Amino acid sequence: MRILKLKKADLYRFLEVIYKEADIWAPQKKGDKFVFDRVDDFSKIELQTTRTIIPPKKIMVPPMFNMFDFNEAGYKEDFSHISKKILFGIHPCDIHGLLTLDKLFIQEYPDPYYMGAREKTLILGLSCWPDEHCFCKSTRTNIIEEGYDLFFTDLDEFFLVWIGSSQGDDLVKLAPDKFDENLSDKDIQAYIRWQNDKEKAFKTEIDFVTMPDLMELKYKAPFWQEAGDACLACGSCSMVCPTCNCYNVADKTFLGGKPGKRIRTWDSCTLPEYSEVAGGENFREDKSDRLKLWYTHKLQAYVSKYGKPSCVGCGRCIATCPVGINVKTIARALEGEEVDAFWKKMSREVTK
Amino acid sequence: MNAEHKSLERKNPFTPEPARIVRTYPLTDDVKFFQVRLVDMDKALLFKYRPGQFAMISVLGTGEAPFCISSTPSRPGLLEFCIRKAGTVTGALFKLKENSLIGLRGPYGNGFPVDDMKNKDIIIVLGGLVVAPLRSVLLYCLDNRDQFGKVSVLYGAKRPAEMIFREEYFSLKERGDLECHLTVDQDDTGTWKENIGVVTTLFPRLKKVDPDATYSLVCGPPVMYKFVIKELLKLNIPKNQILMTLERRMKCGVGKCGHCAIDYIYTCLDGPVFTYWDVLHMRELI
Repeated sequence: MRILKLKKADLYRFLEVIYKEADIWAPQKKGDKFVFDRVDDFSKIELQTTRTIIPPKKIMVPPMFNMFDFNEAGYKEDFSHISKKILFGIHPCDIHGLLTLDKLFIQEYPDPYYMGAREKTLILGLSCWPDEHCFCKSTRTNIIEEGYDLFFTDLDEFFLVWIGSSQGDDLVKLAPDKFDENLSDKDIQAYIRWQNDKEKAFKTEIDFVTMPDLMELKYKAPFWQEAGDACLACGSCSMVCPTCNCYNVADKTFLGGKPGKRIRTWDSCTLPEYSEVAGGENFREDKSDRLKLWYTHKLQAYVSKYGKPSCVGCGRCIATCPVGINVKTIARALEGEEVDAFWKKMSREVTK
Repeated sequence: MNAEHKSLERKNPFTPEPARIVRTYPLTDDVKFFQVRLVDMDKALLFKYRPGQFAMISVLGTGEAPFCISSTPSRPGLLEFCIRKAGTVTGALFKLKENSLIGLRGPYGNGFPVDDMKNKDIIIVLGGLVVAPLRSVLLYCLDNRDQFGKVSVLYGAKRPAEMIFREEYFSLKERGDLECHLTVDQDDTGTWKENIGVVTTLFPRLKKVDPDATYSLVCGPPVMYKFVIKELLKLNIPKNQILMTLERRMKCGVGKCGHCAIDYIYTCLDGPVFTYWDVLHMRELI
């Protein structure tokens, strides 16, 4: 693999050159949080961000899009939401999130909507620094070896740029003078030091090796009911999770002879009607049953199917759930700890 | 390689294929029979499936839902469905007349392991209105009668009028190459000549059962399973030779939308046919 050096000041110049190729999407500030959005002004790109509110899965599978236009003549595919994009500033955990979605969407019956967007999106990764919610070291998604076209490691004065694909190499060739092939020993030392310091910077650790067994052994533990009682069934955990893939499909018709649309929208297994079938039978009326399904998928099912959890340690569920139900508190509860979480307190209040 | 248009040329597994309702008539008050043919004749003849598999049916402007195929692949060309009116898609289907166009894609799911079942004895236990998937496998066995051992059918319905395809079952009783026992919970016609009682009361009528050489297929309302499985276990039929189908919400049929998940598995890819041993391992069903 080729690794090049890019001066910090040359980043925007490089982006300006490749901007001619496709729209660039990058993290930008929204209130006190960050979002992936289309870049109109390079000065708005945030280089030192924590997690964005919604992961970049929204580029591959938009929260709502039309799959088919239909009329009496039949169903016509609609790929109009797919366009060429360059995604800059995506962190290793989120690249792993996309690799996890790849497994689901591309294996067996490949999803042409997902694949279409995936193939038209170039991934320009960016290194990051953990905050108190990050635990990607525990999910081993803190390091990325595949799944990007270019990856930028920010070493203060310069970037180390890893070329991960031939398309990434083509981008570099658009501005060859900006990149330096010669790395000094000092540069390499700076990188190793940065890598070691980052390893030590994690404040949250979770033992994922024991999670599949604990999910099995603690399936009937009372804390599930407590968490279920506190859960608001709002679906936020699924919206922000980089590996949640569930979706709903509904047909919409319009007046005036316009073609109907088959609309695909994000869904969440924590929502009440998720498992309801025609006739009204609901296989998971209880919120605790729905939470168990969510955590079975994150902590156990993917391990048995793909050899690793489907959690990538981004910390979004920790930052998002209004009642503190997240991978960290559930993992602690599975480990038998008395969890000091909002949902525990709330369930105590309720039972009083 | 030009990646840009690759995906657009790829076959879209979600595209419904145009199909025509060839024949439809009511089977009971709220169950209707649909005979369907893909409009493209080549595709209709090449539609290969296994008994127990399902298809996704689209009603224009209403939506899409999964349905078990109740015809047999040994009679290719036409697909048959027994559909109970239960929701929006079935409500719209019920309004469609013969020759109406619908969308169809599939087949999906694992289906019954008909190859493993060859040369084995087959006991089919049916209950109530939910018997569609087993009609497929029963017809398959009859069409390939010499490939299977003894075939026995036990069917229990609430009332004679709710016995789906009861004429078919009565004619089965005329055949010498299988056992067919019918029962109703109550006879409101006064003309019922068969057994009266729940389906488990038919079990003593089964002639000598060789449990290790027997596959039993069960389909009916949820309450029936517990009692039927108890009887089958009494006969010493191995847990992994008792087969059943599960019903779940589905939006894709191909393992993407997530709705049919049970613990680890997706009903659409890993099912809908499961053994009793599989089901015993599903934490959510215990």
